[in-house]
Amino acid sequence: MPAALCLPDGGPFMLSFIFRRIAVAIPTLLVLLIISFLMMQTAPGGPFNSERPLPPQVLANIEAKYGLDQPMWKQLTDYVAGIVTQFDFGPSYKYKDRTVNDIIAQGFPVTLTYGTISFIVAILVGGALGIAAAIKQNSWLDYLAVGFTIGAQVLPNFVMAPILILVFTLMLGWLPGGGWNGGQWNHVIMPVIALSTSYMASIARLTRSSMLEVLRSNFIRTARAKGLPDRTIIWRHALKPTLLPVVSYLGPAFVGMVTGSFIIDSIFSTGGIGYFYVNAAFNRDYAVMMGLTILLGSMTILFNMVVDILYAWIDPKIRL
Amino acid sequence: MTNIPLNPQQPKTAQMAERMTEVKGRSLWADARTRFLRNKAAMVSVFVLVFVALFAFFGQFLSPWDNETIDWNVLGNVARVGQPSLENGHYFGFDDSGRDLYNRVVQGTQISLMVGIVGSLIAVIVGTIYGAVAGFVGGRVDSAMMRFVDIAMSIPYMFVLILLLVVFGRSISMLFVGIGLIAWLDMSRIVRGQTLSIKNKEFIEAAVATGVPTFTIIRRHIVPNLLGVVVVYATLLVPQMILTESFISFLGLGVQEPLTSLGALISEGTATMSYGTLWQLFFPLGFFVITIFSFFFIGDGLRDALDPKDR
Repeated sequence: MPAALCLPDGGPFMLSFIFRRIAVAIPTLLVLLIISFLMMQTAPGGPFNSERPLPPQVLANIEAKYGLDQPMWKQLTDYVAGIVTQFDFGPSYKYKDRTVNDIIAQGFPVTLTYGTISFIVAILVGGALGIAAAIKQNSWLDYLAVGFTIGAQVLPNFVMAPILILVFTLMLGWLPGGGWNGGQWNHVIMPVIALSTSYMASIARLTRSSMLEVLRSNFIRTARAKGLPDRTIIWRHALKPTLLPVVSYLGPAFVGMVTGSFIIDSIFSTGGIGYFYVNAAFNRDYAVMMGLTILLGSMTILFNMVVDILYAWIDPKIRL
Repeated sequence: MTNIPLNPQQPKTAQMAERMTEVKGRSLWADARTRFLRNKAAMVSVFVLVFVALFAFFGQFLSPWDNETIDWNVLGNVARVGQPSLENGHYFGFDDSGRDLYNRVVQGTQISLMVGIVGSLIAVIVGTIYGAVAGFVGGRVDSAMMRFVDIAMSIPYMFVLILLLVVFGRSISMLFVGIGLIAWLDMSRIVRGQTLSIKNKEFIEAAVATGVPTFTIIRRHIVPNLLGVVVVYATLLVPQMILTESFISFLGLGVQEPLTSLGALISEGTATMSYGTLWQLFFPLGFFVITIFSFFFIGDGLRDALDPKDR
C-alpha cells in the first residue's frame, strides 16, 4: 500500500466514537419511524374512504385484512417486525395487486443505477476539477472552474433537467427526452448530468479551497524544500488532507441525490423510486409513502453514519 | 516663507491626531459597511435584488392585465398567438391556461421571496434563542438540547416535509410550517458555537458578577454580539429556503393554484416546452436564477465584510 493510502489505526477512541455515532443513529431512525407512522395515523380520511362509501361490514372486513382494526401500538410493532424480519413493507393501499415490496423491486434498481453513477461522476469530476484549479491557481482553468462552481450553485436539478431536455432533445435531437429502456447509455446521460451538476460544483469548490490551504501549509513547504517533484508532493502528501472536508460533504450530497431522484423521475420518466414516491403523495397512498420514507430515510441515516465514522477514522481530531 | 513653524513636527502630529480620531470614529459596523460597499458583486446584487423585490411587490401596477383572467382566444393556441409582446401589454406572453404570464411571474416571485424571507426569519428567531440558551446555560441542558438538534438534523427532512404536505393538505401555510420546522436547526448550531466563545469574555463575567439575570444577559449582551453571524447566515439561508420551496412546488406538492411560485411556474414551463412556448420556461427561470444569485453574492459579501478573521 502506498503511503498516501495508509490510514491511521483507530485505537480505543475510535470504538467509542462508533458507539456514540450509533447511539445517535438509532433514535433518529426511531423518530423517523414514529413521525411517519403517527402522521399516517392522523391523516384525515382512511385509505379506503372513497367517494362511494363502502358498507360498514365490507369496510370492517377490509380493515381486518390489512390489520387496521388493531390498536395503534400493535400496528406499529407488527409493521416494524415485518420490515425487520422479512423485509416486508406491507401492501399498497392504492394498487390492490401490488405490495410496497413490488414497487421497491421495480423502482429501486433504476434509482440506484443513475444515483450511483451521478455520485461517482460528481466526486471524480468535481474533485479533479478542484485539484486542477488549485494547482494551476489564477490560470484560465482556475477561472473556468470558479465560474462553473458559482454558476452551478443556482442550477439545481429541476433547473438543469429542463435546460438539458431543451438543448439535447428538442433542439439537437441527440438524446431521448425520457424513459429508461433498461438503462441504455443514452437514457442515463441526462439524468446523471442533471442530478450531479450542483454537487459536482460544491465538491469542486470544496476541493479547490482545501487544496489551496494545504499547499500553503508548512509540511508542503518542507517537501518542496527537500526537492520532491511536484507530482509526488500532490499525490502523496497533499491529497489526503485535501479530501477531508470533501468526505464530510458526501453525506449531504447523498441526501440531495436521493431527494433529487423525485425530480429526475418526474422529468425524465425514468420510473425510479422517486416516481412512485411522488405518485403515492398525490394518491395519498400512505402505505407506499411510509414504506419508501422508511427505506430511503434509513439508507440516508446509515450512509451519514458511515461517512461520519469514515471521517473520524481519517481525522483523529474528530473522535474526541 | 514667513510661516515656518518652530517645531516642524507639530503640524504633522496634529494631522496624525486628526487621522487618529477619524480612525477611532469608525465602529465595527461602519467598517463592515465600507468593505461591503467596495464589493462589486455584492453591490450589483443589492441593486438586482431591489429590482426583483420592486417587481414582485409593485410589478402588477405596470400591467393592464391581472393574473387570473383567462383569454379564451389564446387558450389552446398559446404557441401561435400567446408570445410576449409590448403592444398588447402581455410583456411576458401567456401561460398555458391563457393567463397573462407577466402577472403570474410577479405573483410567483412574490410568494417565493416571502417563503424565503419568512423561513429565514423563523430561523433567526427560533435558532438564535435556542442556540444562545443552549450555549450560555451549558452543561446537561446544552448537551440535551444539542442532541435533539443532532437527531432532528439527521432526519431526512424532505421526506418529512412531503409527508406533512400530504397528510395535512397541500397549502402554502403548511409549507411555511414545514420549512420553519427545519430552517432553524443549522442556525441554532452556529449560534451556540458563537455563544460559547462569547461566554468566556470579561464583560459577560462582569455581568454575571453584578448579578444580572441569565435571560437578561442573553438578551442584552449575547444576542447583540451574535448579530454579525446571524445576519450573514440568514442571508445565505434565504436562497436555500427558496430552493427548497421551488423543489417542492416543482413536484406539484407545494403552492397550489390559483397561487403560484417560481418553482411551480418553472414546472409549468418545463411541461409545455415541447409546444414551443419557451417564454413560459425562461421568464420564471430567469427571475429564479437572478434572485438566488443575488442572495448568494450578498451573503458572501456580508460574510467577507463582517468576518473578523479576514481583517
